[in-house]
Amino acid sequence: MFSTSLTANDLLFMLQGAWVTLKLTAAAMLIGTLAGVVFGLLRAAMPYATLPLSWALDVFRSVPLLIQFVLFNSLKSLVGLDWSAFTVGCVVLGVYAAAFCTEIVRGGVLAVPTSLRRASRSLGMSYWQDLRYIVLPVATRVAFPGWLNLVLSVMKDTALVMWIGIIELLRASQTIVTRIQEPLLVLCIAGLIYYLMSLVVARLGARLERRWQEDD
Amino acid sequence: MIEIDQVHKSFGDLEVIKGVDLTVAKGEVVSIIGGSGSGKSTLLMCINGLEPIQRGSIRVDGIEVHAKGTDLNRLRRKIGIVFQQWNAFPHLTVLENVMLAPRKVLGLGRAEAQEIALKQLAHVGLSDKLEVFPSKLSGGQQQRMAIARALAMSPDYMLFDEATSALDPQLVGEVLDTIRLLAEEGMTMLLVTHEIRFARDVSDRVAFFRNGLVHEIGPPAQVINAPQRPETAEFLKSVR
Repeated sequence: MFSTSLTANDLLFMLQGAWVTLKLTAAAMLIGTLAGVVFGLLRAAMPYATLPLSWALDVFRSVPLLIQFVLFNSLKSLVGLDWSAFTVGCVVLGVYAAAFCTEIVRGGVLAVPTSLRRASRSLGMSYWQDLRYIVLPVATRVAFPGWLNLVLSVMKDTALVMWIGIIELLRASQTIVTRIQEPLLVLCIAGLIYYLMSLVVARLGARLERRWQEDD
Repeated sequence: MIEIDQVHKSFGDLEVIKGVDLTVAKGEVVSIIGGSGSGKSTLLMCINGLEPIQRGSIRVDGIEVHAKGTDLNRLRRKIGIVFQQWNAFPHLTVLENVMLAPRKVLGLGRAEAQEIALKQLAHVGLSDKLEVFPSKLSGGQQQRMAIARALAMSPDYMLFDEATSALDPQLVGEVLDTIRLLAEEGMTMLLVTHEIRFARDVSDRVAFFRNGLVHEIGPPAQVINAPQRPETAEFLKSVR
């Protein structure tokens, strides 16, 4: 018969970890999206002037996230910043997400046909009105699937913050595995929780896309 | 009045307009015909300042379009332009497409902008498509919507850049009928077109562009029916 030493308390511990994972993802995506929209618009509008920005973001896209966490954590101590591990996690993940989001936004903006922008400008709209009422809505529809992918990938990348001492879903699971020695069961449950969280995000995204699709 | 005076326009090293003179008086309909690459469409983009010019001047109602201090956004309100590729805003319904500029550029309230949009959409025969998104429209319907969108700004001038070139042949007629209606109402228009017969019917004057210059200009009875220059005759023969 199937028996386990996994208690309700352990499950609660894992769910608390999942909550941390969600909070990290939300914070990182908030930072990443805000910065990514600004950087992406700048990259699309001034491709040459913003080349240095692109090189800087390339570093964050290319260096493994784990190294970024450890390096930033050491830097924090060196400079004497009094930040919690959670803040460090949010900032590093946020910058990492921003680097990807910049490219997603840039691609979306460049996908808006020049002729469409000329049409809006020829109606007397200013640069900013064109950006606000034409470019951003059209680019959003193009960029959204890529952005959704980024959310799902960042959600899983949050697992790396365990290396700077944050107890999120995966770390919580490992703690339990160490104690009850049932890795298969615990990791299956952890995987299921990740899956469910991703599923909700993906479903919400799909619903939004469907609504847009009815438009065009 | 649109006054185009010795305008030169280059893209890099390529000079596409090489000193064009042309005036369009109030109430006049002028058509520009000519082969591709003769600079016709580019000239239209220069008139509302979407493209800069290198030399010469363009004045609209006495306002120097390419002068430093000119408020182009304000100037463009009085110059409607319809493009070859319709350029419907894909995320807005037909009604919203037409209402957007009156609301945001002219600052009109929703009710007022809607009233204008309804009137212009009725004008082009799209009253039954108000809540439809552009992707559900035919090319001809999208182009008529683009015309209504430009008219909603109550422009003093309408520029048409090969408005029917991207349309299926059976859809050309409905768009030409709409333009013809505007001509009858006395709208001042500058049309770049490949529809020679249409140009002959609606225009007060026709200009034949060749190699970035006005090669021949005059009433349609002259330029189209009895061209004075051999190149004009040759072009007309080639498109017939």
